[in-house]
Amino acid sequence: MPTVHFTSQLERFLPAPSVDVGVGPETLGAALAAVFDGHPTLRGYILDDQGALRRHVAVFVAGVQVTDREKLTDPVGPDDEIHVFQALSGG
Amino acid sequence: MTDTIHVATRKGLFELKRTGGGWDVADMHFLGDPISAVATIGGMTLAAPDLGHFGPKLWRRDEAGSWAEMAMPTFPEKPENAEDDPHPWTLGRIWNFTPGGAEGRIYAGTMPGGLFRSDDLGETWSLVEPLWRHPDRKKWFGVAGGEMPGISSVLVDPRDADHITVGVSTGGVWSTRDGGETWAVINKGMVNEYMPPDQQGDPIPQDIHQLSQCPAQPDVVWCQHHSAIFRSTDGGENWVMVDAAQPTGFGFAVQAHPTDPETAWFVPAEKDERRVPKDGKLVVSRTRDGGKSFDVLSNGLPQKHAYDLVYRHALAVDATGERLVFGSTSGGVWISEDAGDSWSALDARLPPVAAVAFS
Repeated sequence: MPTVHFTSQLERFLPAPSVDVGVGPETLGAALAAVFDGHPTLRGYILDDQGALRRHVAVFVAGVQVTDREKLTDPVGPDDEIHVFQALSGG
Repeated sequence: MTDTIHVATRKGLFELKRTGGGWDVADMHFLGDPISAVATIGGMTLAAPDLGHFGPKLWRRDEAGSWAEMAMPTFPEKPENAEDDPHPWTLGRIWNFTPGGAEGRIYAGTMPGGLFRSDDLGETWSLVEPLWRHPDRKKWFGVAGGEMPGISSVLVDPRDADHITVGVSTGGVWSTRDGGETWAVINKGMVNEYMPPDQQGDPIPQDIHQLSQCPAQPDVVWCQHHSAIFRSTDGGENWVMVDAAQPTGFGFAVQAHPTDPETAWFVPAEKDERRVPKDGKLVVSRTRDGGKSFDVLSNGLPQKHAYDLVYRHALAVDATGERLVFGSTSGGVWISEDAGDSWSALDARLPPVAAVAFS
């Protein structure tokens, strides 16, 4: 079953545990939605108002950075690990 | 008088208290995170952490001192047919909070130009949609430091809660008299130096750095504009350039006196290419005769190699008109208790200051 892991940086602001999203989600969008069902406040930290990935958030599915940052259609395999990181930026 | 000042900085929210003879940092919150706006309302404090990676956020501290995250102002779904809209339908930054109009009501001016309203002390927010959906909103354009336009100022008429005026950087002065249902750009008389000659007097491309209204005489509104200082005596409909400003007419911040419509304060800078205090001398300018003349106030302010710039929301005056505070991009904070005649530096080197507020 896919598991979503979040950067520990988020723990400064709110709980962001790793979540096993169960059988079903076949895209990044579906997997994240399953996480946000249980952690609604987390959504605004990862996605913007239109549901796109925030500009400075990077997401990897099975080690590969996702390409569709707006519709979140990158496929997710049944046992993929999904990592949500913060992109390197700022000062 | 109020004995607490909040200072929103690039690296946290600092709370100053007046104890005995002077002001000190009494507490800090969100250390390390940029805070773009701060206000107090009903004994509570609202702060807007503008997280570099995770977006703008909104937290509130209750009267007991506990912070909790509030629902963020969010834009509605962008319509399919909005391809020609140059602005994102996503909250970029909360730029200012303005309480007023009703108990528990507060407005948030934001980038990319959405005006949001809360009627529950900041817990939930709704977009003032008629302004956002006004076709001329697409003519607004971005400001320095951001690709997006921003609502730099919100004025709520103390006589009429349905009369709201906003300043847009860059987009002119807009007003509603029916609580936000209908909006019109109202500024006449403003001119700029950055548009082609035949468009310099158009109302929309006016860069409203900040508006400030005299609470006791709300028809008197001051504007620190990108190109000059302007003053209106009819609630922002018509404007007259104040050309006596010293040492310059450029700056970001303006504060109107709470009761005297002839008095206002500014923090001037050398425009436009440099944006530092003229000759490295940090001063506050004050007019007490409606803009006919200006006092250049420097007592207690650094007069040698000072390159402090003061942003739009980083100058505040309290309800008495005697206490003022401002904070700079170099992290300096100065407080006056005699209407600006003299200033004391806070004994701290803070991160760059975005906003200050008395509470």
